[in-house]
Amino acid sequence: MAEGGAEVPRLAGGPAGWVSVAIPTALFVWFAQFLPAVAAGQTPLIGFDWVPSMGIRLEMLIDGLSLTFALLITGIGTLVTLYTTSYLGKHPEYPRFVLYLMTFMVGMLGLVLADNLIALFVFWEVTTISSYLLIGFTSDSAKSRRSALQALLVTGTGGLALLAGMILLGQAAGTYSLAEIRQMGDAIRNHDHYIPILILFLAGAFTKSAQFPFHFWLPNAMAAPTPVSAYLHSATMVKGGVYLMARMNPTLGGTEPWFWALVIAGGFTTVFASVLAIRQTDVKQVLAYTTLMALGALTLFIGAGSSDAIKAAMIFLVVHSLYKAALFLMIGIVDHETGSREVADLRGLARKMPVTFLAGALAAISMAGIPPFFGFIGKEFLYKAGLEAETAQLWITGTIFAASVLMFVAAGIAVARPFLGRLPEKFKDVHEGPIAMWIGPFLLGALSLYFGIFSDIPEIWLVGPATDAVYGADVSVDLYLFREVNAAFILSMITFAVGFVLYLMHARIRDALAAIIQANPLKFDPGWDRTLDGVKALAEFQTRYLQSGVLTRYVFIIFATFAATTGFTLWAQDALNFQLDIAAELDGLLFKHWAVLVFITAGAILTALTRSRMTAIAALGVVGIGVALLFIMFSAPDVAITQLLVETLVVVLVAVAMLKLPHLGVRTSEPNRPVHAMLSIAVGTVTTLVLVAVLQTDLDLRLTEYFNATSYYEAFGSNIVNVILVDFRALDTFGEIAVVVIAALSAYALLRGTRYGAIREDDT
Amino acid sequence: MMNSIILNAATRLLVALLLLFSVYMLLRGHNLPGGGFIGGLIGSTGFILYAIAQGPTACRKALHFEPQNIAMIGLGTALAAGVYPVFFNDAFFTGQWWFIGDRASGDYIPISSVLVFDIGVYLVVFGAILTLVLALEDEV
Repeated sequence: MAEGGAEVPRLAGGPAGWVSVAIPTALFVWFAQFLPAVAAGQTPLIGFDWVPSMGIRLEMLIDGLSLTFALLITGIGTLVTLYTTSYLGKHPEYPRFVLYLMTFMVGMLGLVLADNLIALFVFWEVTTISSYLLIGFTSDSAKSRRSALQALLVTGTGGLALLAGMILLGQAAGTYSLAEIRQMGDAIRNHDHYIPILILFLAGAFTKSAQFPFHFWLPNAMAAPTPVSAYLHSATMVKGGVYLMARMNPTLGGTEPWFWALVIAGGFTTVFASVLAIRQTDVKQVLAYTTLMALGALTLFIGAGSSDAIKAAMIFLVVHSLYKAALFLMIGIVDHETGSREVADLRGLARKMPVTFLAGALAAISMAGIPPFFGFIGKEFLYKAGLEAETAQLWITGTIFAASVLMFVAAGIAVARPFLGRLPEKFKDVHEGPIAMWIGPFLLGALSLYFGIFSDIPEIWLVGPATDAVYGADVSVDLYLFREVNAAFILSMITFAVGFVLYLMHARIRDALAAIIQANPLKFDPGWDRTLDGVKALAEFQTRYLQSGVLTRYVFIIFATFAATTGFTLWAQDALNFQLDIAAELDGLLFKHWAVLVFITAGAILTALTRSRMTAIAALGVVGIGVALLFIMFSAPDVAITQLLVETLVVVLVAVAMLKLPHLGVRTSEPNRPVHAMLSIAVGTVTTLVLVAVLQTDLDLRLTEYFNATSYYEAFGSNIVNVILVDFRALDTFGEIAVVVIAALSAYALLRGTRYGAIREDDT
Repeated sequence: MMNSIILNAATRLLVALLLLFSVYMLLRGHNLPGGGFIGGLIGSTGFILYAIAQGPTACRKALHFEPQNIAMIGLGTALAAGVYPVFFNDAFFTGQWWFIGDRASGDYIPISSVLVFDIGVYLVVFGAILTLVLALEDEV
């Protein structure tokens, strides 16, 4: 930062702020250019070869669904980043926040655009991790950190399930390309692995989109700064799961298990969340629970699966993103200006903050589903799809009716309460927020009205193509505000009436709900804590047991495991079934072989029997040098040289360490010696058996021949060992030297960091 | 540190010889026994000898750089040699070769990104071992 530091107030967030607004704006414009092509029914695939030798391409699949999502992500992203320049622009960590937000946006765009399942998973995890960083942005608060970790673990676990599901699906389909998998719905649905795939995919989608019983992380995630709540936890990230279900509908959808899983989980989440929304006293929490409700409704209707239901889900997706982001941003302004989000505190702010009120009111009317707003159309189509459902008609219609009524109430709590009524004394000096903050919610609110009146615009460009993509076939989409007095319309009118009555009584309902919830023994958040504590206790237990810190025990466990598993494998694989002519073998040995053999054996025996550690180290060095001599005899000079050098260095290193480390003198009596002796004999026996067993089979010389043939002509080197190390398998070598560096640094840190603080004289 | 005059005198000569030898091993490695790993081991032996004879402080002075930095530079060099081919539309770690001189007559010097990679290996092994040894020696 050129201005440097937090003391200098940066104009609208400084360079980081401008960049953060410019990127989503540019992307929005870029995506908008695809609208005509997608509306005309095309699905452009844009990509480039990533690893052509392995057939991996990075490809973007742009169809109605992904384009709708991409436009929501970049469009709302632009408004949210603009809002953030003002909301957090003076925060000393603002550039860091921008970095996280941009990372998230890229991840989310990748998620909805990726054509490859594995790429989709990678981006899915990018959104999980950036969400963790954003929720925990105020990292000095324990509550933030807990919520961030909770979100990470819940969605991360789901992500792992999803990865497993994707691999199964990829195996079943024989391809990882979504565009191709989409064509194979029937084959997948009849595949043996359909049920496991379905369960794993839904585990991913339900955790991400906070469906019951994984819902509890989302309200806690509201510990994040408000722009994050508006962007990630209502408009975009939590819809990642919805996106996945919508994307998979042509492939996995349309079966009984799919229908019931989505309809039951979605429906239950819908009702459960909207009841809990009414119970909250913090406006942001009210909005958080209504977001849960919306996610439930989307799941429910994708599960219902008829063309009407999919259409309703896609309309509601757009409706909800617009009004919910606006409402979150609105309560952020109120919080920013008054320092409170409590329903009980806030009154009569309309006079002080007229523009914010206007923006909030536009969004809230859309949320309540009042004509001529887009929200009304959304609700009408939800009712219509519910009433015309062939299965579970009553359940779908009932849940959506209950939810709509409670949404009406929630909209009132979120906007009417804080802005209407008499202004309390303490808010006399409150003033309107800056334009960078109210422009976002205002535009989103206005768009909710505009889309309602000119409903053919979202119909042609967004909802129509998206419905086709999700349903997997052409669906006629015709949005309208009012056409006739039908069952859906009558249900809407009843919704308003019931909602209005409940709104007037809502304080009493809230207290009653609070009492009921208080009495309910089944609580998810404390349950979460207990689960986490259990995991920690298990980790502690096994650490204490396995990671005792006693070197002897580590070595013992490692060698015992080796001897047991290898010995078992030898036995189980029937590898010991060979005839060995020992006399003939011994006859073949020359004098030099005998000499080395004696040399090694003598070293080994001395190591085992000596009472001095120093002698033991030296004797072990003798064994190593003997082995090096063997390598020389069997013409492996590179290995022999390395072995010699390493043996020398090990003796030097251990000798130095012995001299320096305290409490190491003459070996005292050890009760475990017989056990150790038995273990070493076992290891020696198993190793010998393995070697002999290996020699019984013919050596496979194909690799040797390959390298002999290619080493000089392709890699211009005649030392095969070195050519393999630095050329053929250079990536492996790179990994190994990275390990060497890490090991050296860790040892350095251990030696420096424990008992000796500042020891080098020349430092002081 | 050992106070031995013979060791002290011999070390001056041996360190230089070991270092020269280690570079020789490194460079010939592609065609004959040797290479970055062995070269790095031999090179570090030279400095370990120096540390035993003259003490770790003198050894650090002679090194000029912190050994852990040498290891990190080596890792960076190896990575650079691996990434370099990507700019020529080859996969990671594909060797790039230049033959300076006349190849047909055999009168040429080969230069390659593989050699650069091996130099990286040399520096990593050299730096990592000296990091360990000097940290241990320091503790007196």
